[in-house]
Amino acid sequence: MMGENYDLAIIGGGPSGLASAIRAWKMGVESIVLLEESNFLGGVLPQCIHPGFGLHYFREDLTGPEFAAKLLDQLKSTGVNVLSGSYAEHLEIKSSGEKEISGYMYGRAFKVKCKAVIYAAGCRERSRFEVNILGDRPVGVYTAGEAQTLMDMYGVLPGSEIVVVGSGDVGLIMARRFALEGADVKAVVEVMPYPGGLTRNIVQCLEDFHIPLYLSCMVTEIKGSGRVEGVKIVRVDEKLNPINGSENYLKCNAVILAVGLKPRVELLAKAGALIDEATGGPVVNDWLETTIPGVFAAGNVLVINDLVDYAAEQGERAAESAAKLIHEGLPAFKFKRVVLGRNVRLIVPHLISCIQDVTFYGRVGKPEENVQFRFEEIGRAFKLPIARPSEMFRFKISADDLLRLRDEKIMVNVVKV
Amino acid sequence: MGGLIRVAIIGAGVVGASISRVLSMFEDFEVHLIEKEADVGWGVSKANTGIIHAGYDDEPDLFPLRAKLCAEGNLIWHEWVKDLDIPIRWCGSLVLAFNSEGEKILEELLDRGIRNGVPSLEIIDREKLKMLEPSSSKNATAALWAPTAGQISPWDAVAALVENSIANGVKLHLSTEVRGIKIVEGRISGLETNKSFLEVDCVINAAGLYADKISEMAGVGGYYIKPKKGEYLIFDKDAEPKVSRIIFPTPTPISKGVVVTTTTDGNLMIGPNAQDLPQNLREDKSNTYDGLKFIWESASNLVNKLPPRNKVIRFFAGLRPEPSGGDFIIRDYDEVFGFIEASGMRSPGLTSAPAVAQMILDALKAKFDLNPKLKAGWNRYRRRIKRFSEMTFEERIKAVNENPGYGRIICVDELVAEAEIVEAIRRGATTIDGIKFRTRACMGTCQGSSCTYKVAVILARELNVPLWSVSLKGPGTEIGIGDVKALFKEKNKLEGENQG
Repeated sequence: MMGENYDLAIIGGGPSGLASAIRAWKMGVESIVLLEESNFLGGVLPQCIHPGFGLHYFREDLTGPEFAAKLLDQLKSTGVNVLSGSYAEHLEIKSSGEKEISGYMYGRAFKVKCKAVIYAAGCRERSRFEVNILGDRPVGVYTAGEAQTLMDMYGVLPGSEIVVVGSGDVGLIMARRFALEGADVKAVVEVMPYPGGLTRNIVQCLEDFHIPLYLSCMVTEIKGSGRVEGVKIVRVDEKLNPINGSENYLKCNAVILAVGLKPRVELLAKAGALIDEATGGPVVNDWLETTIPGVFAAGNVLVINDLVDYAAEQGERAAESAAKLIHEGLPAFKFKRVVLGRNVRLIVPHLISCIQDVTFYGRVGKPEENVQFRFEEIGRAFKLPIARPSEMFRFKISADDLLRLRDEKIMVNVVKV
Repeated sequence: MGGLIRVAIIGAGVVGASISRVLSMFEDFEVHLIEKEADVGWGVSKANTGIIHAGYDDEPDLFPLRAKLCAEGNLIWHEWVKDLDIPIRWCGSLVLAFNSEGEKILEELLDRGIRNGVPSLEIIDREKLKMLEPSSSKNATAALWAPTAGQISPWDAVAALVENSIANGVKLHLSTEVRGIKIVEGRISGLETNKSFLEVDCVINAAGLYADKISEMAGVGGYYIKPKKGEYLIFDKDAEPKVSRIIFPTPTPISKGVVVTTTTDGNLMIGPNAQDLPQNLREDKSNTYDGLKFIWESASNLVNKLPPRNKVIRFFAGLRPEPSGGDFIIRDYDEVFGFIEASGMRSPGLTSAPAVAQMILDALKAKFDLNPKLKAGWNRYRRRIKRFSEMTFEERIKAVNENPGYGRIICVDELVAEAEIVEAIRRGATTIDGIKFRTRACMGTCQGSSCTYKVAVILARELNVPLWSVSLKGPGTEIGIGDVKALFKEKNKLEGENQG
């Protein structure tokens, strides 16, 4: 049994956890522990061998491993204590406000006491059962991340004839990844009438490789009992209901599912943090502090991000808050609520103090062209030529603007102009 | 007849494994347990409701074996689960009636239960029902309360029976498919399998869905097996509301109906439907839209509220071996000495298995004119793999100190440690499903998307095989088709051949 005291504990060694560790150290927090479940740092970055990372955060185009290497390089010059291969099971809040994290690692159980926690445990992938793909349960059905781990961390090829379910960026990138290994990628199947990923990925991952994209189509059933033999596909109408007689069969030996991500909030929820149904992550204020004082959240556990850059940015933000809390304490506030208005599906933070700049991250409910994001109560609006559910919006509003807020809430509306 | 009697039991499901355990008690038998799959319990035993029935369902005049063996089996399971450390909840079952017609059926069931010797049955009113099961539908007017029913983990049960059998000298033959039965002068003389020829004196047919094919090989039988599919839905552990008892509707002539229950691992489970399949579809375990819809609607009638649909983490299906005659088939044949049937084990086959095993022992005694002698060193006990998730914090610290691998958590949803997975491999698991059923790794919220590869990595390391060749459930189900450059290597090889 090992017990240690720190000022700050960071749970999760992916991009947001690493960025927060580095930032907190720079802010003068001298006693930091970073708990990472796997035996290496970087989260999913090491297996994301394609480029497209870092354009905002590092202002250059990097691959996942390069992005991770840059962060790890910075981490080296800090005194952050890294515990790899450590699983944090419980977060307990003592009556004094002190936090205690208990868990296990190879050969020992540990307890870590600290003043502040940054929770950056990332997300998990949705399974076929969560999207009701029927049929038998043969081998060859993988989530995109699982297939990526097998291919690019362990050198295993999961199949030679591939159907990808879901046209988000993860699905598109895996379609290309299989094509690059000589596999026959039969199709990317998307239930919505529009692709879920970035246009540049449609071009670079599908069109360049002649991979067909089936829009308004749904994989309903997996055939095969030992190994996948094929999938049943149907067309769907505007309400996403299957159209009778539109059934088709595609032969394949692997099905790759890119059907959404879910924040891994179990530890936070168990500790009593309020969870937002819209994001699946914790409710946070503009310090990125959860409803448990002194416990902050960043990265994909806070909200599913499109870009690793945003996850890292949130990590930094949480670190600045934690540093402030550790050094001088966070001021007590009566927070004002951020309310979802027309065509806004989700937004973080949920609560704002109005004394500091706030970066809002969110998603619309349905695609619309030529829209304005209106923060009516303070008279601010942002124009976008196109808003898509698949592309996160990100707006920064200054403290000066927020100071104008007189109501107890601020509503965000997407309005066609 | 003197000397050791060599017995081959075909099928390492719950019936075959129960028989092997019972025979392993005696010095008189050399027991071979033959299984075509890569692990035990992967046929009918794997995918069912896991209920140890009280024994009131089966009409004793129509189905005398089912009626007798179910009630007896229930009693024996009460002992066996203790000996073998099998997870069980003796939670009792409730059959709900919603009107006077249903209440009449409860009376019939009560009467039948009494005739079958089932203890403590009682018809209870709405008030008592509400007390026993607060989640039960408020539309229910009465219920049959059977306190002796239980919820077991069927795959743990089979693993336990087989481990105990092996500890007592039984030889397990996995991935071994019977191709023929050799009969010389009207007596069993051996089994031809895909692996070898096995000389035996006696064959016990516990081949589940394929029992009729085995009988045909022996030139006997005269019955056939109809696969009947049952689908299920499983909810996440944190899904509410839960039930604490097993809840049935009133039965129909076809089935006992869709059940609402909580598994021994704490997951709410609903199912099964009952769909007759053509005889050639003995591997069709596919889930269907209509099937799952029917289960959802039926289960909704039994409880006040089901958890939300998005709390479903998995659906699956299993097949029951429906015998053409309706009752279990437990018999021998004059024309083939040594061939004994333990087949047609539809519901309540799981409950009846230990009693079937006793009956098979009796049949062997009679057939071979034996007075079998107990083995001096027979070990009645078996302990299951120590589960990290079930330990107290103090126990966990101790476990981690003794075995560092207990500190490495592989499946975070189910809190399964590497040490448990290594132990499961030591006990015979060679596949991802084998690990899953023994440890619960990959059975949680994410259904393995975060930990399947970690399990595979441990299997590859312990079995010393390439990672891509680790399988989900045996040959033909490898997780990969080769290493990541396999397709190019294949292509280059072909091109090289063309040039050469």
